[in-house]
Amino acid sequence: MAAPIVESPRSGRISPQYRRSGGSRGNFEMFAWLFMRLSGVVLVVLIFVHLYMNLIDGEGIEGVDFGFVAGKWADPLWQVWDLVMLWLAMLHGTNGVRVIINDYAEKDSTRFWLKNVLYVSTVVIIVLGTLVIFTFDPCPVVNGVPHVADYCPAP
Amino acid sequence: MSTPTVEKEPASKVELAPGVGGGGEIPTFDVTLRVRRYNPEVSDEAHWDEWKLTMYGTDRVLDALHKVKWEHDGTVSFRRSCAHGVCGSDAMRINGRNRLACKTLLKDLDTSKPILVEPIKGLPVEKDLIVDMEPFFQSYREIMPFLINRGHEPTRERLQSAEERERFDDTTKCILCAACTSSCPVFWTDGQYFGPAAIVNAHRFIFDSRDDAGDMRLEILNDKEGVWRCRTTFNCTEACPRGIQVTQAIAEVKQAILSRKV
Repeated sequence: MAAPIVESPRSGRISPQYRRSGGSRGNFEMFAWLFMRLSGVVLVVLIFVHLYMNLIDGEGIEGVDFGFVAGKWADPLWQVWDLVMLWLAMLHGTNGVRVIINDYAEKDSTRFWLKNVLYVSTVVIIVLGTLVIFTFDPCPVVNGVPHVADYCPAP
Repeated sequence: MSTPTVEKEPASKVELAPGVGGGGEIPTFDVTLRVRRYNPEVSDEAHWDEWKLTMYGTDRVLDALHKVKWEHDGTVSFRRSCAHGVCGSDAMRINGRNRLACKTLLKDLDTSKPILVEPIKGLPVEKDLIVDMEPFFQSYREIMPFLINRGHEPTRERLQSAEERERFDDTTKCILCAACTSSCPVFWTDGQYFGPAAIVNAHRFIFDSRDDAGDMRLEILNDKEGVWRCRTTFNCTEACPRGIQVTQAIAEVKQAILSRKV
């Protein structure tokens, strides 16, 4: 006697809208989940120290100007600090918005395009931000005219 | 030969003095029951129907629904089987919260306002308060809710210590009423998420020392529609009529996957 056939899950009488499409992408969701927890904890430290240094320490908010930023980025510590903060915050935020898009987009095409816009803007901001941190020149010379601030060495 | 002494039977009816014993008359009060009605054979639109009922202090929402069905409108449709909080048939959305109608006393609700009764959300409504539970049970089947043991068939029962039993005690209480899954905002979005109930029932076997297929179940729940979609909103824990710490069970499954993979 043949063994009774047990239907595989989700193959029987079920509304099509509940059928799962596509398989799992390995451990991606697990690492995304883990990344959100770890980056979140690190970001709390990075951001609050950043806020303290910029807005409270020294002259406080009055002291924040072009020269202040230039002074900070002359120090490799703050370069690395801001770089890590930029990357973690962007990836953390991008993953958060990715999850929201997954939840709220109703059509697959909407989901696809929203995610594309999200990923492109993430890449643009990360690349641009990284470039600014490492190529920042506080005393640029534009068309032979030096834009001299009082902290720049005399030309 | 002595005749057996026959003890006198106690009286079958005891007359109590007036004012002795009994809890007095059960208080009655009026409630307005507002039920979400849907009948696809009549209209594609759902609407609300309202009844004013005189109910007793011992009555539950289910009793009010019975009164409507038996005395006012026989077309009102809802599921109930045991009517005492064990079978899990009559989960519904009462005043915006997923509850069993048979465990929710009317006197505990705000009877000054209409009591809203809706079908549980996220599953296709078939009629009135009856939903299609098939997607819910599909997820349940996927996590293989049965003992899988690779060893030889034992000649006596499989032994387990009290501590090993305690490990998954909470998740054995599930009655599959779907109150948790249909209270989950992630399940509402597209119905693809496995849902708290499936994860709870996987937890029941994953942490059972007699079961050998924990890894398979963890792999199933590592899916992109698995435990990682949980946002710990605790709606499921709040909704569970059995008091299962659902969100904690989901977190324990997440931990188990992580400690196995990382």
